[in-house]
Amino acid sequence: MISLDNIHVTFGEGTPLETRAVRGISLDIQEGEFVTVIGSNGSGKSTLLNTLSGETLPTSGKIQVGDQDVTKWSTAERAKLIARVFQDPLAGSCENLSIEENMALAWYRGKPKGFGSALNSSNREIFKKQLSRLGLGLENRLKDKMGLLSGGQRQAISLLMSSLQPAKILLLDEHTAALDPKTAAFVIDLTCQIIEENKLTSLMVTHSMQQALEVGTRTIMLHEGKIVFDVKGDERKGLTVVDLLDLFKKNQQGEELSDDSLLLG
Amino acid sequence: MSTIAALGALESGLVFALVAFGVFMTFRILEFPDLTVDGSFPLGAAVSAIMIVSGVNPWLATIAAFGAGMMAGVVTAWMNTKLGILNLLASILTMIALYSINLRIMGKPNVALLGETTVLTPTESWGMPYYWATPLAFSVVVLIMFFFLLKFLNSQPGLAMRATGANARMARAQGINTDRMIILGVAVSNGLVGLAGSLFAQSQGSADITMGVGVIVIGLASVIGGEAIITPKTMFLALVACVVGSILYRFAIALALNADFIGLKAQDLNLVTAVLVAFAIVAPKLKANLSARFSSSKKQ
Repeated sequence: MISLDNIHVTFGEGTPLETRAVRGISLDIQEGEFVTVIGSNGSGKSTLLNTLSGETLPTSGKIQVGDQDVTKWSTAERAKLIARVFQDPLAGSCENLSIEENMALAWYRGKPKGFGSALNSSNREIFKKQLSRLGLGLENRLKDKMGLLSGGQRQAISLLMSSLQPAKILLLDEHTAALDPKTAAFVIDLTCQIIEENKLTSLMVTHSMQQALEVGTRTIMLHEGKIVFDVKGDERKGLTVVDLLDLFKKNQQGEELSDDSLLLG
Repeated sequence: MSTIAALGALESGLVFALVAFGVFMTFRILEFPDLTVDGSFPLGAAVSAIMIVSGVNPWLATIAAFGAGMMAGVVTAWMNTKLGILNLLASILTMIALYSINLRIMGKPNVALLGETTVLTPTESWGMPYYWATPLAFSVVVLIMFFFLLKFLNSQPGLAMRATGANARMARAQGINTDRMIILGVAVSNGLVGLAGSLFAQSQGSADITMGVGVIVIGLASVIGGEAIITPKTMFLALVACVVGSILYRFAIALALNADFIGLKAQDLNLVTAVLVAFAIVAPKLKANLSARFSSSKKQ
């Protein structure tokens, strides 16, 4: 489904500030897999996601989705295949537009645009139905500005928006990091529901090892721009956070992880 | 103020409502501070004036003014999106370039339209004085543009354009080509301004190279002033605010310059404009401050 072939991303190449964020990642993700991605700050998680969404173009390497080579596609072109929920709840929606207008944007994602009215009774009905499943009463606030909602509510709507059009891939960039534990649990539940219903192939970046093992079907860990381990299936089932840390240290061939606390959170 | 002066203010107010629509699209919808309008206003005037004196159909000349304005907008937006020049700077570059281009088009600093057949010529047979007929004709134009823009802003591409200005990263993630939206928006905005320039020249009887000076400030004054009076909760209200702001601005200027006791003269126009704009920007904050103070003193 998704295939990354020897991806390198270097920022500021040839300058004193040169940063090699991703250093040769090759990864094959099967259709329907739900991959959780962990790693400390600066390990290349977000760059990996940005490379997939098209916001960052790789310095070298090839990206394939299905049979299509999307390496040179822009973010807007990839949007018909890829939906995304950002870490910052404010980044995934427009606060100056109403709830229904935000949802309409997602409703037309990857569709050719006509000059008809963006909102009509039939898509409003769908938005209402989708919003009512959140149980937050938002279905009665379609005309409210997005900026009036809390971070958790906005994140939940971003998730619904990602499922309005049949995308093949869902990218989640630490989308619960800015939420309180209760809201985060709610958003994670909703995430799993949406992924299951729509049979999405997903990548979720997270800072929490616990969460990385609890949800999803496969876990990869990044360190200094490389995949240091990759577990799935039965091997993954029995894993605990402590095992993960050990596994990580073993893979580092003696190099100590500089900041354990970031991973244990 | 005499009736003729009041109708004159209404007439300019209506022409500058078109400028306000344009400025609203760039400054408010796209968050693109566009100063091209200072060049595209006289561009529209120059193009239609020179076509009219050469005997071209005035309607065609007016449409050409819209097209010329759009082209100016495309140049600005293209420099910004494709060449990566800061939006404000790109618009200033186009504005400066247009000064030369406008002189080239007209061949001299001023083209008179007195006695020529313009789009306003048919209004002479309406059986009313010109100072009634012209504002009436212009209100029809403003109304048409109003509904056209309203329809557009609520359509799918219109929504995509609003998202581009509000949150470009999110817009791209929703499959919107933000560069294309910026180019389209700035083009339509300057097209409207070019149209305004054309109508202004036809009603005033001449196109002049200096007629663009300060157009952006008047446009901004109209948009900001209108928003201070009407809270733009919907696109409909936002566009109404542009028209109301533009007309009220003209009346405020006319009042200020006509009130003998203040002692202001025509040459004080730009000073009055700057003061009005500054006031319109500060007014909502002052209002909020005052009401906050009032309600807290009530609680005590």
